[in-house]
Amino acid sequence: MKFPISVTLNGRPYRREVEPRQLLVHLIRDLGGVTGTKIGCDTSQCGACTVLLDGVAIKSCTALAVQADGTSITTIEGLAGDGQLHPLQEAFWNKHGLQCGYCTPGMILAAHELLRTNPQPSDDQIRHGLEGNMCRCTGYQNIIRAVREAAAAMRRKG
Amino acid sequence: MYAPEFDYYRAGSVSEAAGLLRKYPGSKLLAGGQSLIPLLKLRLAAPVAVIDIGRIRDLKGITVKGGTIRVGAMTTHAELAASSELAEQCHALAQAAAGIGDPAVRNRGTIGGNVAHADPASDLPAVLVALEAKLTVEGPDGKRTLDAGGFFQGMMTTALKEHEILTAIEIPAHSKGQGSAYAKFAHPASRYAVIGVAAVVTTSGGKCSAARVAIGGMVPRPVRAASVERVLAGQELSAENIAKAAGQVTESLGNEVLGDIFASEQYRRSVAPVWVKRGLTQAAERAR
Repeated sequence: MKFPISVTLNGRPYRREVEPRQLLVHLIRDLGGVTGTKIGCDTSQCGACTVLLDGVAIKSCTALAVQADGTSITTIEGLAGDGQLHPLQEAFWNKHGLQCGYCTPGMILAAHELLRTNPQPSDDQIRHGLEGNMCRCTGYQNIIRAVREAAAAMRRKG
Repeated sequence: MYAPEFDYYRAGSVSEAAGLLRKYPGSKLLAGGQSLIPLLKLRLAAPVAVIDIGRIRDLKGITVKGGTIRVGAMTTHAELAASSELAEQCHALAQAAAGIGDPAVRNRGTIGGNVAHADPASDLPAVLVALEAKLTVEGPDGKRTLDAGGFFQGMMTTALKEHEILTAIEIPAHSKGQGSAYAKFAHPASRYAVIGVAAVVTTSGGKCSAARVAIGGMVPRPVRAASVERVLAGQELSAENIAKAAGQVTESLGNEVLGDIFASEQYRRSVAPVWVKRGLTQAAERAR
């Protein structure tokens, strides 16, 4: 069985016939050559596959492509606009909030979710807000610094 | 990981979903997918068809009417955790929902899916048992209402019949002098409950007129700790009395305490009173 779906990925519309068992993360990576979304643990623990579905963070390894029918998906590639890095990307760069970089796309989108629901988090709230995302290089200190800086920058921008 | 092949049907209403369940024997309902999709990927479940109830609007939302809180089965954990009504009138449920998995999981996972899955390490079953919630299920023979206490029958086993769908959960809002809390010994990686304690305390004239305590995580299905409730009833809610009552929990746990590589049966039995004490202490503070 194939099921017809339409999704918007980073602003571009797509129509596909998908197998019901296809995972959202595979659809995203196969659609338009955007492979920033990573498959890490594949068991919804590590957060490397985090994307925004209609603006809300989810783990795309634990969603079916058919469930995303009619939605707008944002991946790390869709976060920057008009050639300008998103304040979170800017802050992860400035604070070196990464080591190997594999967790970074998911980490930034999880941080995006945190700041959407809590624009002025304490360090403790940042740590809790990112608890579904793992950095196996253990580079957490700079990630916390980056999210703190991005939060301040986003508040300044309004 | 790839799930086995299955057919996919999207239901627009509860009656349509019930019809599809009957038409395709051996199919599974898909709500938020945070329990079912992992099972499919691990090939622990291989349904012929998956029936998606995620777009049925009637199944979503929290409403409060006449002292009863009605939560639609497709309400997400994030929505439960963010509800100011729940935080005030049914604190334990909001508190437990806020501690499930992580934010991205809470954005997808639903109360109905969680409860129908009936994982012993899950948080909400014990909370609903302590709150004396009523569960509405709909099926070919119409609607029926089940007590949370009777709904959970064993590990991953509920009173739901083959073609029935859990549609809503009704909880009595806290009355004056009543408070509730959920205390969880969370597994450090998965955040699942190693021990979960849901407590509801009712106070009157500075004393505990009634207490309800339900334990999850360490038992195949949530159990009421009658031995704790009995000792606390009629007593002052002092730290000493709470500790004395909490110490009686082992008596209510039965013979089927779970153990695993992280926490043995004996260890869980030993620390359970500590978590009961924490749950009761928090509930007592909120009851004042």
